[in-house]
Amino acid sequence: MAARANTLAWFYISPLVLVLVPFFVLPILVVVIASFMESDGFGGMIPHLTLANYAAVFGAELTLRLYASTMKFALLTWIFTLGIGFWIAYFLVFHVRNQLLAIGLFLLCTIPFWTSNIIRMISWIPLLGKNGLVNSSLMGVGLIHQPLEFLLFSDFAVVVAYVHQLTIFMIVPIFNAMARIDKRTIEAALDAGASRYEIMRYIVVPLSKNGIALGSIFVLSIVMGDFFVVKVMSGGGSASIVSALFEDIAVLQYPSAAAAAVVLLLAVVVMISLILRTVDVRKEIAR
Amino acid sequence: MDESTDKVTQATAPVVSDAVSDSGLNAGRRKVLQGAAALAGTAGAQAITGFPMIWAQEIKDIELRHVGVSYSVVKAIGDQASKDLGFKVTMQNLDTSAAINRFVTQPNSVDIADVEGWQAKLATKRGVLQGIERKRIKEFDNILPIFTKGEINGKVVSRQGISPYEAMYIPKKDATDLHEEVTDWMTFLPQVYNADSIGYRPDLIKREITEWKELINPEFKGKAAILDVPAIGIMDAALCFESAGEIKYGNKGNMTKKEIDFTIGRLIELKKQGHFRATWTTFDQSVQLMAAGEVIIQSMWSPAVAAVRIKGIPCVYAPVNIKGPKEGYRGWCNGMALMRHLSGKKLEAAYEYLNWYLSGWQGGFVARYGYYSPVPTTAKKNLTPNEWDYWYEGKPAKDTILDPYGVPMEKAGAKRDGGSFIERVTNISCWNTLMDESVYMNKRWNDFKSA
Repeated sequence: MAARANTLAWFYISPLVLVLVPFFVLPILVVVIASFMESDGFGGMIPHLTLANYAAVFGAELTLRLYASTMKFALLTWIFTLGIGFWIAYFLVFHVRNQLLAIGLFLLCTIPFWTSNIIRMISWIPLLGKNGLVNSSLMGVGLIHQPLEFLLFSDFAVVVAYVHQLTIFMIVPIFNAMARIDKRTIEAALDAGASRYEIMRYIVVPLSKNGIALGSIFVLSIVMGDFFVVKVMSGGGSASIVSALFEDIAVLQYPSAAAAAVVLLLAVVVMISLILRTVDVRKEIAR
Repeated sequence: MDESTDKVTQATAPVVSDAVSDSGLNAGRRKVLQGAAALAGTAGAQAITGFPMIWAQEIKDIELRHVGVSYSVVKAIGDQASKDLGFKVTMQNLDTSAAINRFVTQPNSVDIADVEGWQAKLATKRGVLQGIERKRIKEFDNILPIFTKGEINGKVVSRQGISPYEAMYIPKKDATDLHEEVTDWMTFLPQVYNADSIGYRPDLIKREITEWKELINPEFKGKAAILDVPAIGIMDAALCFESAGEIKYGNKGNMTKKEIDFTIGRLIELKKQGHFRATWTTFDQSVQLMAAGEVIIQSMWSPAVAAVRIKGIPCVYAPVNIKGPKEGYRGWCNGMALMRHLSGKKLEAAYEYLNWYLSGWQGGFVARYGYYSPVPTTAKKNLTPNEWDYWYEGKPAKDTILDPYGVPMEKAGAKRDGGSFIERVTNISCWNTLMDESVYMNKRWNDFKSA
């Protein structure tokens, strides 16, 4: 009986297994195995187990700097996307009374995302450049006399591009979580004499927590795994974890790139599991 | 495309009948060449060799995939080849690192690999290529001595970095180690090459730039950029520091760890002083940086300088002629390699394609954006005398110079920066490379990037 139930359970999950094993588990396994191999210097791997690749990753000061720089971008992006995303979602759910209008405005938020990521990023360049729109208007008004150089090819530009690209990933789950909050709870709190701050602190934020957590997972894992935005918007002035391992791949050093990738994967897994400890996503979704 | 092809054809006819005044070719060979070029010039499916019917029937379904970087593997050239040869050539573009990764990890997804010298060396080591039989390359005897003797005009071509000559020959068809001097088998067949230096804005820098050290001159702080492809970028940097007299390298193309440390250390210093406005990785980025006024001097590629000028913005390609042990251009060369899986009719077609490449149409095409052919004698027949004089002889243009697609790019009277072909290539002081210490160098380059 138990055996049959077991077979049945396997049968139920088989579609997922069929997708995940060949397209996720196996590739990761290959990367993990490669990370323990030796490179022959010409793109080949010698099947001789070694920890040298990991020793190199953990032994280098460069690794620390790369993680510090990537974490900095992740954190800044997270703060701004959360701030902006939260208030947009809040406005849409609680201030727009007409539900149709709210959904309409929500869809409006997604319009910029109909174009490609790359185009949205690159379109900042003529805006922020030395002779760009921002600098020339500021100079035209007479606010500045020298173009502001920090606007482009800087950490500032990287964060601007990330926030522009990723805010939607905050809006959607937070909007979703907030929309489930029973409006009567808030009315009851108002009747009981709660202030706006108290309502926010004790009702809205706790009940949107899972949306915030999901949004944070999206934003942080995307920033951690990205290198193109950093490369273009910093004008090549900053490196990220992934851009560094990409340089390894460019000279066919697969084992060391694989080791760096495995370490990054573990770091992201740890980060996500920490976020998940703050909310019980499964419970929240079932709600 | 058809329009510009016609233009070429029309322009070619008088040149061919004109009994070209080549140097160094014997009369008999010249006649044959002219005949071939005249055929090629008439542009039709029967061009070049005029295959028998059966062959034409059999090759109809063949498709060759020519894969490589965008400045070397050009769709218009593939289209013309398909038209002339009667089988299909598909051009696929990847960036340098994606390309070499694909050749090595998915060799069967490529037929003709477009490689630089150092990539040819690497791919040969990996055993993904098959040797090209020298005897089957019709124009081999007309290939410039840069590629067959490692010299030009009696001058030895620099061996710093990996020169095309060094990476071109193997002792046997399936050898994995290179061989010095010409053998019967080649790793790759050079098709396009050039000499890279610095581009600058003459309207903002009101003097002539002829030395690499100007790129790190404090005068241009916050207005300079450098190439961010580690293997090449570090050589540009090395040219700068050598030019400034800060260091003397044993071999810029194969630095020791100590030399790498010095170079990166100086780059980090410059970066911290805010010297570099940006770094660039693609052709378009370098054009944008210059055209938008973000930088006024940067390491640059010749057609990128032309692209800035087409926008109406003055830009000069610095002539960095060799001065003693300093200066000189960084040379690069792309060529075609046959993947090991090619056999039978497909291999036959691949040889036809290689021969077509050196037969002149392509040489004329790439000349119009400033690149050179390994067989200039055939390229010449596909250029007007005015074009030949401008691009190869370094003489002032007598008439408007058009780019390969027929867009006017230079007015009459303009002169090519850096002078004639001979002047430019004899001043190449190092070649694109992959150093023995490339792993270490990459790590250190990342130090520079993250500093």
